[in-house]
Amino acid sequence: MADEKTGNKTIVPNKHPMPAQDAVVRAKNFNEVALGYNEETVVAEARRCLQCKKEPCRQGCPVEVDIPAFIKLAAERDFAGAIMKLKEKNALPAVCGRVCPQENQCEKYCTVGKKNEPVGIGRIERFCADWELANGVLPQKVAPPTGKKVAIVGSGPSGLTCAADLAKQGHAVTIFEALHVAGGVLMYGIPEFRLPKAVVQAEVQNLKKLGVDIQVNAVVGKFATVDELMEEGGFDAVFLGTGAGLPYFMNIPGENACGVYSANEFLTRTNLMKAYLFPGNDTPIRVGKKVAVLGGGNVAMDAARTALRLGAEESWIVYRRSKNELPARHEEAEHAEEEGVKFAFLTSPTKIIYDDNYWVTGMECLRYELGEPDASGRRSPVPVKGSEFIIDVETVVVAIGQGPNPLVPKTTKGLDCNKKGNIVANLETGATSKPGVYAGGDVVTGAATVILAMGAGRAAARSIHAYLSEK
Amino acid sequence: MYKILKREVLAPTLFLFDIEAPLVARKAKPGQFIILRIHDEGERIPLTIADFDREKGTITCVFQEVGKTTMELATLNEGDSVRDFVGPLGEPSHIEKLGKIVCVGGGVGVAPVHPIARALKEAGNEVIGIIGARTKELLFWEDKMRNACTELRVTTDDGSYVRQGFVTDVLKEVVEEKGDIALCVAIGPLPMMRAVCNMTKEYNIKTIVSLNSIMVDGTGMCGCCRVTVGGQTKFACVDGPEFDGHAVDFAEMARRSVIYKSQEQAAVERFNHTCSCGCGGGK
Ligand SMILES: Cc1cc2nc3c(=O)[nH]c(=O)nc-3n(C[C@H](O)[C@H](O)[C@H](O)COP(=O)(O)OP(=O)(O)OC[C@H]3O[C@@H](n4cnc5c(N)ncnc54)[C@H](O)[C@@H]3O)c2cc1C
Ligand SMILES: Cc1cc2nc3c(=O)[nH]c(=O)nc-3n(C[C@H](O)[C@H](O)[C@H](O)COP(=O)(O)OP(=O)(O)OC[C@H]3O[C@@H](n4cnc5c(N)ncnc54)[C@H](O)[C@@H]3O)c2cc1C
Ligand code: SF4
Ligand code: SF4
Ligand code: FES
Ligand SMILES: [Mg+2]
Repeated sequence: MADEKTGNKTIVPNKHPMPAQDAVVRAKNFNEVALGYNEETVVAEARRCLQCKKEPCRQGCPVEVDIPAFIKLAAERDFAGAIMKLKEKNALPAVCGRVCPQENQCEKYCTVGKKNEPVGIGRIERFCADWELANGVLPQKVAPPTGKKVAIVGSGPSGLTCAADLAKQGHAVTIFEALHVAGGVLMYGIPEFRLPKAVVQAEVQNLKKLGVDIQVNAVVGKFATVDELMEEGGFDAVFLGTGAGLPYFMNIPGENACGVYSANEFLTRTNLMKAYLFPGNDTPIRVGKKVAVLGGGNVAMDAARTALRLGAEESWIVYRRSKNELPARHEEAEHAEEEGVKFAFLTSPTKIIYDDNYWVTGMECLRYELGEPDASGRRSPVPVKGSEFIIDVETVVVAIGQGPNPLVPKTTKGLDCNKKGNIVANLETGATSKPGVYAGGDVVTGAATVILAMGAGRAAARSIHAYLSEK
Repeated sequence: MYKILKREVLAPTLFLFDIEAPLVARKAKPGQFIILRIHDEGERIPLTIADFDREKGTITCVFQEVGKTTMELATLNEGDSVRDFVGPLGEPSHIEKLGKIVCVGGGVGVAPVHPIARALKEAGNEVIGIIGARTKELLFWEDKMRNACTELRVTTDDGSYVRQGFVTDVLKEVVEEKGDIALCVAIGPLPMMRAVCNMTKEYNIKTIVSLNSIMVDGTGMCGCCRVTVGGQTKFACVDGPEFDGHAVDFAEMARRSVIYKSQEQAAVERFNHTCSCGCGGGK
């Protein structure tokens, strides 16, 4: 590997490889795939950074983490300093370091990446966050109490970030979460092998240390409406971070047969309820010998990889377009392929076939060709007439997307939503049509990313603070 | 943690718990349900709200031992707690004044039908209650139902109490006797609800049933509870659990409810297995 000279600094052309579990071994367990850098490697990777004056990487980060500054501290082995720097902008660095689509964000703009591989910003971020979790969490400053109360609905990344920011400013914050644990998709959706649940819970504990009260088993719209929280509960403002949790189905015949799951159900049973530990844990799951996952996004990759770990002999991604159009992160698709997930591109099911007992036995599919680019710029798939064929499968996982849960909009007076059911909110301030009520994350934008949801939570916290200061 | 304030054995394998959950009790309405989880390794199971006391802040649940989780629940005593308890979930029953209404409760279904009958009577309806059980010792809440309804009829499958016959036999008599029944509410085992619907369809009596599909979150997030009603897919946890019985695809519902049969059997065997070999059986 020849080093290249840049000014007076020699740079290693490639990112230091991420140590990972062997693909064959990991495809059978739920332990984390990427093992993380050690101290030597993180310092070496941090030294690849050129400390660019113009900080192009920073503009690629939706929450504008001061990337050069934290990397410099990491290069100097000041990990405490590095994590404090990170936390100025990012409330969940251990999560983002693992699941941010860095190749489209910070690392995409990295100067080193112009000719070589970019600096592994996410990997360094992850190391610093894990270092803090291992060495005890550094105290954060909390302003004196303001006497104002804020309710946060939903404990996904948007809600957690909004809560952290408001608590630091001295407001009394309560999070209401429908499920029995906090974390949103980080707990029920993203699998253990990509994001260990202990990491998420450690971040949630940090929030409690800031004084945030977390009420689980609390479905807003059921035990209390948003209006009741404000009128009777004494909350001065409300943030809605309820996510995009409503699973879409294909609306094809046979979709309610036994053995058809939504990705949400498949992943919730596995991650949140730990069905892979059945019968030690009580929630069952059934994965046949051959599984087909419909869709091509991150959620589909997660479901297909989960199916292998649950014991499926074959796990297929069935996707309407071709490999080039896969919406999943490149790294995720690659990991899936390494583990043995198979891909049926340009294929889409027309109906699900089942036996007398209503159990899935197969799927009738159509082949597709790519036609003209559509509005999104992607070439749209066109079905090939008469190309019907049948594949044998025992389990089908539908991973074609999610919409917002209508529970809160349905029970909140004066809260405007768009046609798709998303809450209408100003993207810069989080303000909704209802005074004192703010919203952000997937419930506003539709299914997006952790870091964008966090950015929205932070923006809303800023305007909630301003609103409360004037009130 | 949610404390069990009262435990009552209503019949062999049939238990009543009053559980402390003031926030749920504040809002609970007839027709709604809760989801509970006993401990950290537990599954989430739905139980109907059989009664509520807003002042004491309690929810009454009546449950039957049918598998691992309900058996484990039955081992808990007054003063013990369950880890999680969430609600009230689902849409409340639609309560309005219609005239003559029949409320049918079969088996454990007597518990959920009770608050509905009471509310319908309070709304000014003439409520004819019909309750039935396989045999005398499985029958419960006869007194409570008598108070909740204008008139109550009781039956047992084996004739060990009052009379012999299914609730549908009694229903037929009531319909023929009374005529002009505005609504029938039927809650109980799937075959019973199906039989009631088949009968009321003949008489053209609108019938509401409460569907016990398998659930996980209970908030509309997973789609596990989907049922076909009038040819459309509905999520029982948020669109129901009550639906127009004449539109429900009971055959699909029945097949979906036994998806995990083999796992459930294994779990029960493991739970009932006690030994010292360290195999991890039992709790
Ligand atoms: C399987 C999967 C994999 C993904 N992988 C990635 C990835 O690798 N990288 C990435 O950046 N993004 C990924 N995403 C997307 C990312 O997880 C989401 O964009 C992000 O979690 C959205 O955050 P949020 O705060 O808006 O909502 P969510 O995380 O959806 O959290 C919403 C929370 O609100 C709760 N809630 C809903 N309604 C109510 C109510 N009425 N009362 C109380 N609580 C309520 C829900 O139970 C939930 O806990 C993935 C998503 C999925 C599903
Ligand atoms: C809205 C609703 C209200 C209910 N109300 C009552 C009630 O008031 N009293 C009562 O005794 N029972 C009620 N049930 C049924 C109760 O939830 C099941 O009996 C219980 O989950 C069985 O758990 P188990 O582990 O003991 O048995 P298992 O052996 O696991 O299951 C036995 C059967 O119960 C059903 N079941 C299993 N898991 C679930 C689940 N997660 N969700 C729903 N059903 C499941 C299946 O059909 C299964 O075949 C209700 C169900 C629903 C959906
Ligand atoms: S938060 Fe995400 S985008 Fe921002 S620096 Fe960290 S990894 Fe990059
Ligand atoms: S662009 Fe790349 S090299 Fe430059 S400061 Fe950012 S991380 Fe370092
Ligand atoms: S139980 Fe998950 S959607 Fe109804
Ligand atoms: Mg069970």
